[in-house]
Amino acid sequence: MLANLPEKVGKEAVLAKGWWLANKWLLLRRTSQLLVIALFLSGPLLGEGYWIAKGNLTSSLTFDILPLTDPYVLLQSFFAGHEIISQALIGAAIVTVFYFLVGGRVFCSWVCPVNIVTDTADGLRRKFNIKGGARFSRNVRYWILVMTLIVAVISGSIAWEFINPVSILHRSIIFGFAYAGFVILAIFIFDLLLSRQGWCGHLCPVGAFYSLLGRISIIRVSAANRDNCDDCMDCFLVCPEKQVIKPALKGAEQGTGPVIMDKNCTNCGRCIDVCAKNVFNFSNRFNNGMLMNESKKEEVAP
Amino acid sequence: MFDHLLSRRRFIVETARTASGVALLGIGLGLYTKESKSLPVYALRPPGVKSEDDFLSACIRCGLCVRDCPYDILKLSKLAEPVALGTPYFEARKVPCEMCEDIPCVKACPTGALDKGLTNIDDARMGLAVIVDQETCLNYLGLRCDVCHRVCPLLNEAITLEPRHNQRSGKHTLFIPVVHSDKCTGCGKCERACVLEEAAIKVLPLDLAKGELGHHYRLGWEEKEKAGESLVTPDREHKYNLPEGLKYEHDGKGLLKDTR
Amino acid sequence: MRAFGADEPMGCYDDLEHADAFVLWGANMAEMHPILWSRLSDTRLTKEGSEVHVLSTFKHRCFDLADNGMVFTPQTDLAIANYIAHYIIETRSYNKDFIGDNVNFTKTVTDIGYGLRPEHPLEKAKTGKGGKLTKINFEEYKKSVAKYDLEYTSKLSGVPKENLLKLAKIYADPNKKVTSFWTMGFNQHTRGVWVNGLVYNIHLLMGKISEPGNSPFSLTGQPSACGTAREVGTFAHRLPADLVVKVKSHRDFAEKVWKLPEGTIPPKPGYHAVLQNRMLKDGKLNAYWVMCNNNVQAAPNFNEETYPGYRNPENFIVVSDPYPTVTAIAGDLILPTAMWTEKEGAYGNAERRTQFWRQQVKAPGEAKSDLWQLVEFSKRFKVEEVWPADLIAKQPGVKGKTLYEVLFKNGQVDKYPKQQVTDSRGNKYDNDEMDDFGFYLQKGLFEEYRRFGTEGPKKGHDLGEFDAYHKARGMRWPVVKGKETLWRYREGYDPFVKKGEGVKFYGKKDGKANIIFAPYEPPAESPDKEYDLWLSTGRVLEHWHSGSMTRRVPELYRAFPDAVMFMHPNDAKKRGLRRGMTAKVASRRGDISLKVETRGRNRPPEGLVFVPWFDAGRLINKVTLDATDPLSKETDYKKCAVKVEKA
Repeated sequence: MLANLPEKVGKEAVLAKGWWLANKWLLLRRTSQLLVIALFLSGPLLGEGYWIAKGNLTSSLTFDILPLTDPYVLLQSFFAGHEIISQALIGAAIVTVFYFLVGGRVFCSWVCPVNIVTDTADGLRRKFNIKGGARFSRNVRYWILVMTLIVAVISGSIAWEFINPVSILHRSIIFGFAYAGFVILAIFIFDLLLSRQGWCGHLCPVGAFYSLLGRISIIRVSAANRDNCDDCMDCFLVCPEKQVIKPALKGAEQGTGPVIMDKNCTNCGRCIDVCAKNVFNFSNRFNNGMLMNESKKEEVAP
Repeated sequence: MFDHLLSRRRFIVETARTASGVALLGIGLGLYTKESKSLPVYALRPPGVKSEDDFLSACIRCGLCVRDCPYDILKLSKLAEPVALGTPYFEARKVPCEMCEDIPCVKACPTGALDKGLTNIDDARMGLAVIVDQETCLNYLGLRCDVCHRVCPLLNEAITLEPRHNQRSGKHTLFIPVVHSDKCTGCGKCERACVLEEAAIKVLPLDLAKGELGHHYRLGWEEKEKAGESLVTPDREHKYNLPEGLKYEHDGKGLLKDTR
Repeated sequence: MRAFGADEPMGCYDDLEHADAFVLWGANMAEMHPILWSRLSDTRLTKEGSEVHVLSTFKHRCFDLADNGMVFTPQTDLAIANYIAHYIIETRSYNKDFIGDNVNFTKTVTDIGYGLRPEHPLEKAKTGKGGKLTKINFEEYKKSVAKYDLEYTSKLSGVPKENLLKLAKIYADPNKKVTSFWTMGFNQHTRGVWVNGLVYNIHLLMGKISEPGNSPFSLTGQPSACGTAREVGTFAHRLPADLVVKVKSHRDFAEKVWKLPEGTIPPKPGYHAVLQNRMLKDGKLNAYWVMCNNNVQAAPNFNEETYPGYRNPENFIVVSDPYPTVTAIAGDLILPTAMWTEKEGAYGNAERRTQFWRQQVKAPGEAKSDLWQLVEFSKRFKVEEVWPADLIAKQPGVKGKTLYEVLFKNGQVDKYPKQQVTDSRGNKYDNDEMDDFGFYLQKGLFEEYRRFGTEGPKKGHDLGEFDAYHKARGMRWPVVKGKETLWRYREGYDPFVKKGEGVKFYGKKDGKANIIFAPYEPPAESPDKEYDLWLSTGRVLEHWHSGSMTRRVPELYRAFPDAVMFMHPNDAKKRGLRRGMTAKVASRRGDISLKVETRGRNRPPEGLVFVPWFDAGRLINKVTLDATDPLSKETDYKKCAVKVEKA
């Protein structure tokens, strides 16, 4: 079967499963992202008695009890030479454990507001068939991650926070915009015209950091029904980190299990949505044995 | 083998390209950060900040201090503002710190950028108030304002009124406001309350507002007080040739009529 | 001395609180005596009817407080003082009774030259010599000062008439207590002795003297010069306690105290300071020991007199100093010398207060105090090497002895044995001289010196016992039976004036002071067509004298790093100079280059420039003239003629 054109992505799934199942995980994700924002805005909008979460994504206090702290920014503070205290450490530990469980880059697809902007840009690229732009290694974001830590050491300050668009966007939403609109626009234009999946996929060190957390996270997407795959390529087109799919989807001959083990998979579930053949579902990393029919094939071949 | 060499060279070039690109970005970021470290004079940090350098290694821009301030005094710096992006500060002239006894901002800070060691708000040093303009301060002009003195939460400790003779009128006292750096917390209530169009008393950063004595200097009268007695005393009493009815007092009084 | 027969002011610093009015004659107290100025200001600010009058050849910081600030043409202070005397007589304000009881009228020899080298045309032209006083009467005195009326004096001095009148009135008012202060403006003056006398005249005419608030007060530039130099007699013509070398009975007394054979002290004074430089140059003085003195920088006319003298290969110059000054650089042998707190010592100040201190720290390295150097040096001479045989014969006991044994280890100066120096709290102090020589040298010397006051031919110089000074915060002499003297010559205040005597100037045989008339005489060098500006030199508050210490203190150096030339903006403009530009100031004798200051703390009038002399890199004494007062031998650093142009 021939691969679908970008502007046709997901249409087969709608026909096969219905609109809700073809967009379930997308809708759930957006709900999650907006809910996070709403929790932070509860106080400012509804008043003192209705405050649910105070602070923002770098550090927050929910219901005056639950502390959560972004472990990446705390790591930068440590590298900048500041002594880490228990209040922040507890919050960071909770966050770290959570993402170990549900998947490191779950932050990117279920929490981070920049994701909404970059997904939109990527969707528009597909719809209007915009091609081209700068191409560079997806590993640059890891170099940038290391760089932010080095600059923290040398400058003795959390330098990355001076320009971090992720913080700028979510802080602006919660505490008030000013010129933050320019940052949103910049990222949008960058991803739309200048580089496909440029920000999240190549540059953002926050995502890079969370991907490291996710190397051993438990919940993973699995191409459990990979033998149903009809090579429509919809999942590749829609995936923000398409390099994670191939080893799991097409790895049967190499003896690789169906679970997407790559740390850069954001557990966004879009592949589950758009697959008309229900190849993918959420699973866990321990469920990575070869499938029944695949192991039989192996036994037969000499 | 040739392929192997080629791909290795390509790998090195690729790596170098990435590394240098990122390094340039890093240098740019570092330089930008350095410049942003200078805080404009009107921006006062919340209580518990020891130095701007330390603060910038610890503040993760969470905004919890902003949220917990009961008077909404603090605000996070936005893009294009000259204060380090996202960090909390306040402007005394607009909304001064109300000096909460329980210091909620320090309690709220998760990383200790606002030092948890600050347990008494009177020990905070957010800046130092200085009468920057003696030409406009109404008290210097001989009038009775002293509003800054009365609104100061450390009344008669951080700001005292030193009486001086009013030369111009000849029969009034000038009540000169004097700020004492060992007590002033830099809360800025004085600057806010100053009745002038432009405040004549302003909270300035400590290193700008303070002079420093030579480290080897000693003030004789302070040393005397510390010792409890004069260190260079006339151990024996001075006696003078004087006519009847006059005596000589030390302690600056000099020749006096004997009132006995 | 000529007026009273005794040196040192008759008042004390308490006059600052008791006076109603203050007159500053050529004294920049705001910068040069800052603490006294602070006291004076407080009196002015708090006392009803208090006034401050300031006279100077340029505007300085005292003018900020002055009720009557006067800028006068240099040297015309002579005329102004005479004008005041004239006014007092004209208005019959003088204190008739006082004059009758306590004053003699005299006049002094005039046209006495300028202390320049004898070959100088001005010296050849002079008709008078010395300071002999001739007795006159009141009428003659009145006639002498008649010339100095308001019109003449105002024209000559350039001071507006109303200012002069205001000044005269404050002196003439019998109900106003007036303290006159003067310093180098009066003393570094070719007629300095005269002008000092003229102000004494005013006070004597009014009887405003020797009582609280009424005080002609010579501050002296280094108040410690009083005790350190004058009182102890370290001048070519002096002996301690106001005794002089030229009087036989004084020499006899000194020789007796110092246990020397009669005739040891030569009757003729040696060279005075200015003459020393000339004699070095001429090769007549060949060995020179400069102690704690930066005379290469301080002496006038550097190019013609100082430098050739010091660098004359026939001369051997020894310099004792803690710092590498220009004098040390010019010397042949440098002896590193300890600073004052590195030895136990004493000094006196302008209000006759003698103060002692104990050694606080040890001198670094091999540095030794000036005291140690002199005493140690005396060990190098046996009397046979330096005294003629007939002198030795007069006191055979000195045979074979070193000068050390004659002068110091002689049972008198070494009377007090080695001991631990302590204070009342039991703190222990070093005394390196005592350690080195084995006896309490300072105490022995002081007690020996003290005898000049208590036993000597001139009364009124008594000092207290050595130990008493370490126990009190200085004592004002005369100290008689443990009591200090605040005001001299007046009954009740001065123990030497008996009950019923009222005022007695016992320095003079008849107990009367001399009013000495002296006329105005022009300065040695006035501006002319080519050298069209006056040059005055002096100090600034931040730096002490030649800056050898203060320019090495970082905060003082930061406050005022280099010397500048203070001049009027119009004078600068005329010469194409702008503030901050480097200019050359030149006289007939030499020149230096330095920056121009037109907005500084000193605002000279048009026609005068002022340069401070603290800068070892800008030796203004290359430009100055070595004219002196022929009587006091003190150089006039305040008047010579210069031109200024772009460097």
